[in-house]
Amino acid sequence: MFEISIKRTLTPVTKLFVVRAPLVARKAEAGQFVIVRMGERGERVPLTIADFDREAGTLTIVFQEVGKTTKMLGALQQGDCLTDLVGPLGVPAELPEKGRVLVAGGGVGVAPLLPKVKAMHQRGVDVVSIIGARSADLIILEDEMTAVSSKVYIATDDGSRGLHGFVSDLIKKLLDEDEKFDEIVAVGPLPMMRACVETTRPYGLKTWVSLNPIMVDGTGMCGACRVTVGGETRFCCVDGPMFDGHEVDFKEAMTRSLMYQEEERQAMNTCCCSGGGDCR
Amino acid sequence: MPVSKTPRQEMPRQRPEDRVQNFNEVALGFDEEMAKKEASRCIQCKKPLCVPGCPVNVQIPQFIEMIHEGDYAGAGEKIKETNSLPAVCGRVCPQEEQCEKTCVLGKKGEPVAIGRLERFAVDYQRKAGLKPPLKPEPVGQKVAIVGSGPAGLTCAGDLAKLGYQVTMFEALHAPGGVLVYGIPEFRLPKQIVAEEVEYVKSLGVELVLNAIVGRTLTVDDLFAGGYEAVFLGTGAGLPKFMDIPGENLMGVYSANEWLTRTNLMKAYLFPVYDTPIKCGKRVAVIGGGNVAMDSVRCALRLGAEEAHIVYRRSEVEMPARLEEVENAKEEGVIFEMLTLPVRILGDEKGWVKGLECVRMELGEPDASGRRRPVPRKGSEFIMEVDTMVMALGTSPNPICARTTQGLQVHSWGGLIVDESTGLTTRQGVYAGGDAVTGSATVILAMGAGKAAAQAMDEYLKTKR
Ligand SMILES: Cc1cc2nc3c(=O)[nH]c(=O)nc-3n(C[C@H](O)[C@H](O)[C@H](O)COP(=O)(O)OP(=O)(O)OC[C@H]3O[C@@H](n4cnc5c(N)ncnc54)[C@H](O)[C@@H]3O)c2cc1C
Ligand SMILES: Cc1cc2nc3c(=O)[nH]c(=O)nc-3n(C[C@H](O)[C@H](O)[C@H](O)COP(=O)(O)OP(=O)(O)OC[C@H]3O[C@@H](n4cnc5c(N)ncnc54)[C@H](O)[C@@H]3O)c2cc1C
Ligand code: SF4
Ligand code: FES
Repeated sequence: MFEISIKRTLTPVTKLFVVRAPLVARKAEAGQFVIVRMGERGERVPLTIADFDREAGTLTIVFQEVGKTTKMLGALQQGDCLTDLVGPLGVPAELPEKGRVLVAGGGVGVAPLLPKVKAMHQRGVDVVSIIGARSADLIILEDEMTAVSSKVYIATDDGSRGLHGFVSDLIKKLLDEDEKFDEIVAVGPLPMMRACVETTRPYGLKTWVSLNPIMVDGTGMCGACRVTVGGETRFCCVDGPMFDGHEVDFKEAMTRSLMYQEEERQAMNTCCCSGGGDCR
Repeated sequence: MPVSKTPRQEMPRQRPEDRVQNFNEVALGFDEEMAKKEASRCIQCKKPLCVPGCPVNVQIPQFIEMIHEGDYAGAGEKIKETNSLPAVCGRVCPQEEQCEKTCVLGKKGEPVAIGRLERFAVDYQRKAGLKPPLKPEPVGQKVAIVGSGPAGLTCAGDLAKLGYQVTMFEALHAPGGVLVYGIPEFRLPKQIVAEEVEYVKSLGVELVLNAIVGRTLTVDDLFAGGYEAVFLGTGAGLPKFMDIPGENLMGVYSANEWLTRTNLMKAYLFPVYDTPIKCGKRVAVIGGGNVAMDSVRCALRLGAEEAHIVYRRSEVEMPARLEEVENAKEEGVIFEMLTLPVRILGDEKGWVKGLECVRMELGEPDASGRRRPVPRKGSEFIMEVDTMVMALGTSPNPICARTTQGLQVHSWGGLIVDESTGLTTRQGVYAGGDAVTGSATVILAMGAGKAAAQAMDEYLKTKR
């Protein structure tokens, strides 16, 4: 059983779980994800491994409550168990061994970024971090990021902290100030990643993104997670989730992510506890 | 040649107009009277031709005679002596290509309905309650089985009966392989698969779900963990697409996704179950095998007003089981034969709205011996559809082979093995089923699991 040994509430809609999963923890690498399921009627949803502890046999996941499954997950308490958890899935991130790297996390995207920054920091890479959110109270994992970055910048959409603007505005500012980076890693919602990619394109700066298409099995069996990268169809779960952002067809990815919009709404509406988990 | 005067008993089935409204089993099974009548048709050949037609050597005349005498449970026992998943085989085996094809009665009339009788006997026996299996003397050696489809289940069961300590690792959250995620409830109730899995577990087999060998654990981890031999029954789960424009439009599914959402995740019960599926009003399924038939029949049950099979050869070349083609026709599936999709058209929101096809004609035979379809110039036309399912076949998933030292595969992805033993190119690692042959049948996967179990036993004995 996959017991939740620690639960932390990062923002009203963002929760962090430390989950017991020794087999997965033993193999986990930065950049990989797991698929979890809640209850016998549950859907399989992918979540990035935000941290892992091989000795303790635990994984950290951080998720934002956006729909029925993540709301139900959020209602679980310390000591409860996840019905299923499988992984680690996806290709570990190809991280540089040296040099200077800029990372940008939008919203809950900071969580998947953290293990990458940690790994780079451990190897002696100089990491400059940007954390973005809609407002100051939605900023997550700032202390954790600060501990492994040489500098942390903040941007908020409403200007309640840091720069009043998007993370891509901060990226542009740094690049215009002639700061030098070997590459950039941007993780967050699709529109944010697209903006980052468009910002760095004129500079010809290698920009990694972590895609989050709809998935079912996560092992290359169903093809639900198809994305077009460099004009070719790739399966995000086995070829990704990280890709060269300049090659990604964001328009298609954004369209495909809306495929079940209607059903997602219906799932929330027909559930008597609105995803609180009580009606199970 | 004597010919029975009794006609072959028809299988009672749900009426087409009813069954397209539900996911309940279509074929209802024989009652005792029908079973006895059908059993009386068998002339009990001295040298039965049906038996060599059966890949696992079921003692066909013997069990049919027992049904004839009214010993139904005994008939079930008899079948189980050689077939470990008979309730599955009685439902999905292509008998017309196997035992029934060689039955002498088929020469002048209709063969004995062996498959239907098999189903009757084991269903009867199951309802009567299973005998608890005898626990064998433990031999003190551990073996690992990867994948819980028909190949893995058979291999695990046979090795457990020989006293091995068996652990079966399954990537998904439910055991059964294609039997649970692919073949729909209306052909093979999941309760039956669950009972077969319970039986294998009752033999002492430990089942570990959510464990992907190659990711969660590697084959080397298994050996390091004390397993002395490994069987790979990982199936052929990698979907094929056509590489035509428009395949990434919304509303285009691989058959694997379509069937997994429907069967494993029970999307037909959405929103009671959480996984959705988008089935439009006009659905086109590309392909002509069992997978295509299952997909198209699911579409009707998911609410499609029109469901089409689009296949580039003619009906005689269709690899699907005859019975399922007939079922599909009765249910109103429209067959577009000799038709090849060349382009998928989308609307301004990114949804499928049509399929451009070209008509084909049959030319000279190709490498497969079937006449090669060639496009007819100027015959392009557009089918209006809003959902498409690509059922073009699958190839073995590469995860295991890529992460295991010393495992060699063919260019198309199938594991290279010694045919009679299933031994791969690495010592102690055996394989069988779709992972070796590419998409085939349940019974062949079981046969391979059985042969490998025997070879593994020989190998493990030498290590004692
Ligand atoms: C590789 C990967 C890693 C991810 N990591 C994280 C993470 O660390 N933290 C986090 O909060 N979210 C992460 N996500 C997104 C997360 O999977 C979705 O938010 C979740 O599935 C939503 O489910 P729901 O039922 O609560 O919401 P729904 O109402 O069903 O959906 C809300 C949104 O999530 C998307 N979505 C729905 N189902 C899936 C699915 N099966 N797979 C992917 N996206 C889906 C939809 O496009 C929709 O926009 C990741 C996605 C992927 C593919
Ligand atoms: C829709 C459909 C309809 C069919 N209809 C028929 C029919 O009517 N009659 C018939 O005889 N045959 C039919 N077949 C074919 C038949 O189902 C297969 O030939 C048979 O299931 C193959 O068995 P298998 O054990 O080799 O593999 P599978 O049944 O594919 O099982 C493989 C299992 O291994 C698991 N796995 C894969 N990789 C790993 C890994 N790395 N680690 C752990 N687990 C792993 C998979 O999740 C799966 O559960 C049909 C197939 C499909 C898809
Ligand atoms: S070949 Fe036909 S008639 Fe002869 S034993 Fe087999 S089932 Fe009976
Ligand atoms: S999620 Fe099924 S292939 Fe990627």
